[in-house]
Amino acid sequence: MIEVKKLVKRFGLKTILRGVNFTVQPGEFVALLGPNGAGKTTFLRILASLSRPSLGEVRVAGYALPGQAAQVRARLGVVSHMPLLYPDLTAEENLFFYARMYNISNPALHVLEVLNLVGLAHRRKDLVRTFSRGMQQRLAIGRAVIHDPDVILFDEPYTGLDQDASEMLDEVLRSVASQGRTVVMTSHDLVRAEDLATRFDILSRGVIAASSTKEALQNTNLLAFYKQALAD
Amino acid sequence: MNPDIFTPRDTARPSFPGAVLAIIQKDLTAEFRSRELFSAMLVFSLLVIIIFNFALELDITVRKSVAAGVLWTTFAFAGTLGLNRSMAVEKDRGCMDGLLLAPVDRSAIFFGKAISNLVFMLIVEAIVLPVYALLYNEMRILQPGFLGVILLGSIGYIAVGTMLATMSVQTRMREILLPILLFPIAVPVLLAAVKVSGGLIAGAEWPEILTPLNILIVYDVVFVSIAYMVFDAVVEE
Repeated sequence: MIEVKKLVKRFGLKTILRGVNFTVQPGEFVALLGPNGAGKTTFLRILASLSRPSLGEVRVAGYALPGQAAQVRARLGVVSHMPLLYPDLTAEENLFFYARMYNISNPALHVLEVLNLVGLAHRRKDLVRTFSRGMQQRLAIGRAVIHDPDVILFDEPYTGLDQDASEMLDEVLRSVASQGRTVVMTSHDLVRAEDLATRFDILSRGVIAASSTKEALQNTNLLAFYKQALAD
Repeated sequence: MNPDIFTPRDTARPSFPGAVLAIIQKDLTAEFRSRELFSAMLVFSLLVIIIFNFALELDITVRKSVAAGVLWTTFAFAGTLGLNRSMAVEKDRGCMDGLLLAPVDRSAIFFGKAISNLVFMLIVEAIVLPVYALLYNEMRILQPGFLGVILLGSIGYIAVGTMLATMSVQTRMREILLPILLFPIAVPVLLAAVKVSGGLIAGAEWPEILTPLNILIVYDVVFVSIAYMVFDAVVEE
C-alpha cells in the first residue's frame, strides 16, 4: 500500500531524510517512532503529497508521488496535531465543506455517519471554536475519513490531549483502523503505540534504524526495542 | 462505517467550479459569522477617509484632484488588512494543509480564496463609497462607470494580493512582509486605477481615460494569469 525507496529530503544544505526505505502492506498499522528532529513529520508530509521528495521513489495506494498526487490525495486521510478545521463553522459545516472538496455523493449521509463514528453527532450544530481539544481532534479524524480513504496518516495525534481525551481518541483510532485501512502513525507515546500498532519502525538520523512486528516483540517491550534502536 | 454508504471508490475529483464555490461559501459563512476580517477592513477604511477629510482642508478644486488618490490609498491599505487576515485563518490552524490535501486543482484554491477576498473588499467599498461621496461632496463616484473602475482595480489588486499573501503568511513577519511585497508589484494597477478614477471625477470623457483604462484591464488579465500559473509553486513546500 505504501512503498518508499531510497527517499532523500533536503531543505537547502540540511538533509533531513537520508535514504529511507519503507514498505507498508494493506491493513497494517505502523507506528513510526523516533526522537524529535528525526524527520517523522517531514516523512509523513511527503507521503501526504504536501512536500516533494528530493530523491527517491514514493508510491501510495499504487500511485507515484509527486506525479500522481491528485490520485493519492483521493485515497489518503491525514490527521496532524493541528485539527485542520475552521473554528467559525459548525462541526457539520466543516465536514460538509470537506465532503464537497472530495466530491462525495450523498454528503448528508456521509457527514452523519462520520459524526456518529467520532461520537459528535449531538454537537453537530455547535461551532468548532466551542469544542475542547479532544473533541476537535475527534472531529479532525472525522474530517480525515470523510472520503473513506484507504490510507490514513496520523502525525502525533495525542499532542495536547488529557488522559480522558486520549482514551476517547484511542477508541476512535481503533474503530477507524479496524475497517481494513492502512495506518501510519507517528508518536512519542510508546505505551499507546504498543497498544494500537501491529508494527513499529524507528526513524533516527534520517533513516529507518529498526523495524519489528508486534509478534516479534513478545519477548521484550517496545521501550527496550526503541532504546536499543537509537543506541545502535 | 456502513459499507452501503461508504463504497471504496465513492470519491472523484470535484469539478473546478465546484471546488471554487465550496471555498467561497465556506469563507463567506465563516466571515459573516465572525465578522473579524470585514469589521477590521471597514473600520480602518472609514477612519482613513475621515482623517483625510480633516487633514486635507483643501478648496473644492484641489480636493477633486486628490480624491481618487485618497480613495485608492484607503482601499489598498484596507485590502492588505483583509488579505493578511484571510490567509492567516487558513494557516494558523493548518487549514491550508486541509485544502492542499483535497484532490482538487490547486488553482481552484487560488480562485476560491481570491473571489472570497474580492467579495469582502467589494462589500467594504460599497459602504465606504457613499460615505466618501458625502464627506467629499463628490457624487460622481457613485456612477456606474466609476463603480466599474473600482471593480477592475479591485480585481487586479486582490489577484496579486492573494498570491503574495499565500507566500507571506508562511513567514513570521507576515503583517509587514505582505505590504512590502504587494505595493511595489501592484503599482501599475493602482496608478491606472487612480488615473481613470481621477479622470471620471474631473468629468473627463471616456476617450481621454481610455489609455489608463486599457492598462488597468491588461494588468488585471496579466495578474490573474500569473497568479493562476504560479500558485501551485507558491504553496509547494
